[in-house]
Amino acid sequence: MTELLLSFRLAFFVTAILIVVGAPLAYWLAYSRWPGKFLLEAVVALPLVLPPTVLGFYFLIAMGPRGPLGKLWLALFGHTLAFTFTGLVIASVFYSLPFCVQPLITSFEKIDPKLLDASRVLGAGKGRTFRKIILPLSLPGVITAVVLTFAHTLGEFGVVLMVGGNLLGVTRTVSIAIYDHVQSIEYAAANQLAVILLAISFVLLALVYGLNRRVGVRWLSN
Amino acid sequence: MHNRSKKFERILLLRLASSLRILCALCVSALSFPLLSFSQQPEIKIAAAADLKFALTEIAAAYEKQSGTKVSLTFGSSGNFFAQIQNGAPFDLFFSADSDYPRTLEETGLIVPGSTYPYAVGRIVLWSREDAKADPSKSGWKSLLDPSVQKIAVANPSHAPYGRAALEALKKSGYYDQVKDKLVFGENISQAAQFVQSGNAQIGIIAYSWVLAPTFGAGHVWQVPQQQYSPLVQSAVVLKNSSNRDASLAFLAYIKTAPAQSVLEKFGFTHSAAKLDPVSQ
Repeated sequence: MTELLLSFRLAFFVTAILIVVGAPLAYWLAYSRWPGKFLLEAVVALPLVLPPTVLGFYFLIAMGPRGPLGKLWLALFGHTLAFTFTGLVIASVFYSLPFCVQPLITSFEKIDPKLLDASRVLGAGKGRTFRKIILPLSLPGVITAVVLTFAHTLGEFGVVLMVGGNLLGVTRTVSIAIYDHVQSIEYAAANQLAVILLAISFVLLALVYGLNRRVGVRWLSN
Repeated sequence: MHNRSKKFERILLLRLASSLRILCALCVSALSFPLLSFSQQPEIKIAAAADLKFALTEIAAAYEKQSGTKVSLTFGSSGNFFAQIQNGAPFDLFFSADSDYPRTLEETGLIVPGSTYPYAVGRIVLWSREDAKADPSKSGWKSLLDPSVQKIAVANPSHAPYGRAALEALKKSGYYDQVKDKLVFGENISQAAQFVQSGNAQIGIIAYSWVLAPTFGAGHVWQVPQQQYSPLVQSAVVLKNSSNRDASLAFLAYIKTAPAQSVLEKFGFTHSAAKLDPVSQ
């Protein structure tokens, strides 16, 4: 159970951070006319196609005492980032980035630009337009982003395996615990956790599809 | 501005298309290559414990040259292979990092009867990087208490025999309670080694065979006294559902020969349990 709770905590922090960071990023990606935008779009989508081993490997090096992240953390807090919960959160934010940003972009792009023009003409600034027009109209996209990010982080395995170090209550997430049980031939224990994870994932996905079929379905089937 | 970006896009697309064409050609040739070249040779697939990575790779290469049999090696944790083999993984041979997994496989009738061979005895060492402040070659177990040590890497004792040995030795040494909060667990012995090599852990209890590998890099080594852990007698077995039993038995026979044994010795393995004299250790 400790492992399950840890995964939930990880998913919660990652989702909270990603919504705050991801919404402005998605906004910019949806509306910017900068010709080099596609480069950033490609970077954001990278975790979708890169194997977790690639991300995990680079994070392990980056978080080490000679890596940029590790050096920074060592100077600030006196320890490096690998094998810590904070390290997992940082790695997972990158790993789940597209799952937050892509649904947001899709729903931002669907908003009729005339509405935005009208809002501007009527005197609302960019911030106000975002809060009053864009956010309410793209609520389904926001829900999709939240649920997908949460579910994706909950099921994360490869990156955690590579930078986690398998510490109970710190980095042993539920997927790692399941892997451990299988390797130790404790199939019953593995099954117990796996069934719970399966049920949660199904409920979360059903929620996305049920709550807003349009945004969710289109994005997932693309 | 708009025109320029259109042009840029078109150039990019053209480049992409031509590189895709090259990629496709490469893929096709890569796919057909193994089918054409290896269809005549016997091939054996070996699942081997991670501590054998360097020794067995060298042995297999020599054997391939000598016999013409193609040897394909997969390295991982013994526990993982054990679970896979129980579920029908298509390996011909299994080189475990212990003898318990092979024994259980024998009891469940999954191996060729009588094929079990204790090919080597492994050793564990304390290891830190050359630039580390904790130097086990000078202070042995005490180096774990060096203030610079924040994390100590071992293989996961729940399924990696080397991790089990590391924990057993640590407990016998009397230092376990002082350092148990600093332990981090690699999925297998090679990940534990990676943790130390990358500097994320300052010291590790890893396989001697890894330290002796040419690519491993310099560091401080200290042999954990062999009376502090049960001998890591490692056994190999030929699996019952092997599709190439004769070639597999032949490879196992080769392991018993002097050239193969000398490679194992080079990587820090000792011969077999019989030669381990607990009194003189």
